[in-house]
Amino acid sequence: MKRALSALALAAVAAACSQGQARPADRPAPQGASQRPADAFPSTYRPLPSSPTVIRGGTVMTAAGQVIPNGQVLMVNGRIAAVGQTVDAPAGAVVVDATGKWVTPGVIDTHSHLGAFGTPGVQAHSDGNEATNPNTAEVWVEHSVWPQDPGFTRALEGGITSLQILPGSANLFGGRSVTLKNVPSRTVQGMKFPGAPYGLKMACGENPKRVYGQRGGPSTRMGNVAGYRTAWIRAADYRRRMDRGGSAGGSGGSAGSGESGGSNGSGGTPPSRDLELETLAGVLRGEILVHNHCYRADEMAQMIDISREFGFRIRSFHHGVEAYKIRDLMARDSISGSLWADWWGFKMEALDFTRANVAMVHQAGARAIVHSDDPTGIQKLNQEAAKAMQAGREAGIQVSENDALRWITANAAWALGIHDQVGTLEPGKQADVVVWSHNPFSVYARADRVYIDGALIFDRMDPSRQPQTDFELGLLPGGTSND
Amino acid sequence: MTNRLIAAAAAAALAAAPAAAQTIAITGGTVHPISGPAIPNGTVIIQNGRITAVGAGVAIPAGAVRIDATGKTVTPGLFESSTNLALVEVGSVDASADFQFEDDEDQVAAAFNVADGINPRSMVIPVTRIAGVTTVVSRPSGGLIAGQGLAFDLIGDRVDEMAIRSPIAMYGSVSENEQEAAGGGTRGGLFMRLREVLEDARAWARNPQGFERGETREFSASRLDLAALQPVLRGELPLVLEAHRATDIQAALRVADEYGLKLIISGGTEGWMVAGDLARARVPVLVKVLRNLPESFESLGARYDNAALLRRAGVQVAITTGETFKAFNLRQEAGNAVAYGLPYEEALRAVTLYPAQIFGVADRYGTLEPGKVANVVVWDGDPLELTTDVEHVIIRGREVPRVSRETLLRDRYMNLDENVRSYRQP
Repeated sequence: MKRALSALALAAVAAACSQGQARPADRPAPQGASQRPADAFPSTYRPLPSSPTVIRGGTVMTAAGQVIPNGQVLMVNGRIAAVGQTVDAPAGAVVVDATGKWVTPGVIDTHSHLGAFGTPGVQAHSDGNEATNPNTAEVWVEHSVWPQDPGFTRALEGGITSLQILPGSANLFGGRSVTLKNVPSRTVQGMKFPGAPYGLKMACGENPKRVYGQRGGPSTRMGNVAGYRTAWIRAADYRRRMDRGGSAGGSGGSAGSGESGGSNGSGGTPPSRDLELETLAGVLRGEILVHNHCYRADEMAQMIDISREFGFRIRSFHHGVEAYKIRDLMARDSISGSLWADWWGFKMEALDFTRANVAMVHQAGARAIVHSDDPTGIQKLNQEAAKAMQAGREAGIQVSENDALRWITANAAWALGIHDQVGTLEPGKQADVVVWSHNPFSVYARADRVYIDGALIFDRMDPSRQPQTDFELGLLPGGTSND
Repeated sequence: MTNRLIAAAAAAALAAAPAAAQTIAITGGTVHPISGPAIPNGTVIIQNGRITAVGAGVAIPAGAVRIDATGKTVTPGLFESSTNLALVEVGSVDASADFQFEDDEDQVAAAFNVADGINPRSMVIPVTRIAGVTTVVSRPSGGLIAGQGLAFDLIGDRVDEMAIRSPIAMYGSVSENEQEAAGGGTRGGLFMRLREVLEDARAWARNPQGFERGETREFSASRLDLAALQPVLRGELPLVLEAHRATDIQAALRVADEYGLKLIISGGTEGWMVAGDLARARVPVLVKVLRNLPESFESLGARYDNAALLRRAGVQVAITTGETFKAFNLRQEAGNAVAYGLPYEEALRAVTLYPAQIFGVADRYGTLEPGKVANVVVWDGDPLELTTDVEHVIIRGREVPRVSRETLLRDRYMNLDENVRSYRQP
């Protein structure tokens, strides 16, 4: 590969900055109560240098409804510039021959713990559950993420270009998630997806009551629900007082809860900053998206009622082994389902699985997503989607390859609030693109090339384009076969 | 004792089974007999629970139930060689789990045979077999010596009828998981302990009466365990040892050589690094393909092409999911082995013939040949592809319904109307 011209590289940087909220590092953060959470730990991600590139000859699956045999994709300045049967490539554009291959958007996982539960899975790498209190909304998982986790590069080899890292599910409120671009970086800031909203991890059911049952509670599902409601009452109060006392804090994106603008109380100074309530208030303002670990149908229905009581939206139910039982409720409230293709049996709340879960949720009109929650599964999300697609067809549900592709691209992007930037191959979107050796729903498919913001981040045929983490360097000296 | 009874009963059951089984003719499909090249437009005849004919232009017996497999693929049933299937219903519900003999201070449970815990009515059986997995080796887990496993077909309601052989192997582990409890926190301690137990089993066998009279020294494992290890020491019963780090595999090979054990390596994550040693010792490996992360310090060399590299070096490999609830993903493991360099026909053999050979039941299992037990699957395409449907599953000559708790829940919830959904369907 030729090195990109510096002018193009600069253009790509400018593009990344203009679309996101990445703040120049030298601008002082505002002080006081109006300080917004997004100001801390800003993204320093910059797209890697890229040249205008046209991928041609492959079957292009846009995840926006089109499947174009022998199609072309043009990437310029880190963006998708054109997609079609033919495109007008600028003179000198790098030409990638994808004849006999498939081209899709980069794969997106809504549920990963890479870096937080790093590999190897030793105790020292167990940084995903702040299991010291059932409510740790104050923690941010990005402060646990180890960018040298080999899981990131393995996921990249599987076509993963963006992913949400979530805290674990020990707590009712596990903390704040972070959405990353899957690029090599010394720091997590260098991976943070510019402009992506934060998420809040919540967890239902067996895990919190198991972890806290002998430690002061909650020890029951009703205890779980009391814990959620108690916290939301405090958060609503904090938000009211903060909005009243804050200078320019605003309440943009209010979910219209009826909790805002209350007239009780009067004046007074704003409360001192509280990390826990700041995150919860961010949810009530509609700025932070709720990602809710929840298996059982009846519990998901309870969580929907809690969201209505306090005026926030649940963006995605995660795991949702019984989502198919309440798929109509999910569709009604525009809640996506981040689901497995076929995980089941490991605990009571994972008993009532059906392999048709994803397809049934899809059929009901809710956004279906295939997620991993697993450092191996994330490498083969295309295969997981293939199984879920097949299970749907066996059940008589019409599922197109475009639908199934959306389960691991466009719908996942929506759940993370980055659907305007990534998730499909459409002009203007960030050029996160995978070239596959086979149809991505084939078990034989491997990602041959992975582009992020138009830059070639992984090339299966070129060892110099295969990232290796620090951890793996020199790990097995002389480690060759003795055959 | 129990084991011998079960083995005898299993043989009797197999002989008796035919009465219920039909004559079936599967016609028109591409038959992969595994014993030879694929047969286009081939026919498979099944009578009395056995395969009686395979080939092109085979005569179809009068009265045979016909399965038209035109455009389809016909293979032997898949053979999952490492699972806890039918030994657990719900992972987190301890009372439903019967694969681990716990509270055993010496970490040796050689006498523990899982067979009496096998649940023929396990809800995990139907969901597994409708994916084309017809035969499994279900095994104990945990400890230095975990106990004895058995092979069985996924049909029937009595373990003695379902069993193919019990015990089929002794199980143990020299993985890092066992170091703390059994090895004094060390690798060397694990192997010291393994040798101690084998030495004691030898010593016990030299003078069992003396042991009963209290005339022998103290042994490091119980009388039952020492007795159960005798067929292992005679090289009759294979010892399946879980080992991952290259050096652990080599140490296991040394122990097997010292004691004349018939060794099978389970896991073998870094097996590719010592493939030559494994090939020379003719020790097979049960490989989970989808394992490429340095999950621990015994698997730093994990890679997806482990199975392919082992095979290339001449090691016999069976592909396994290592799963219980998701043993139905066996074909996905095999397909990925192909994606990472294992020749296609070898991958098919690695989930049919090779596990049958490794566990010594290839006389009855693993291929479509006259005389073999009629475990046959009809697929609507490439059996290893995820988008291929399983159309017919025949076990011991009987077609099993494509129904499991999972499909029943699916069908029940196709209709969300409580007044319809919530009641028993006639």
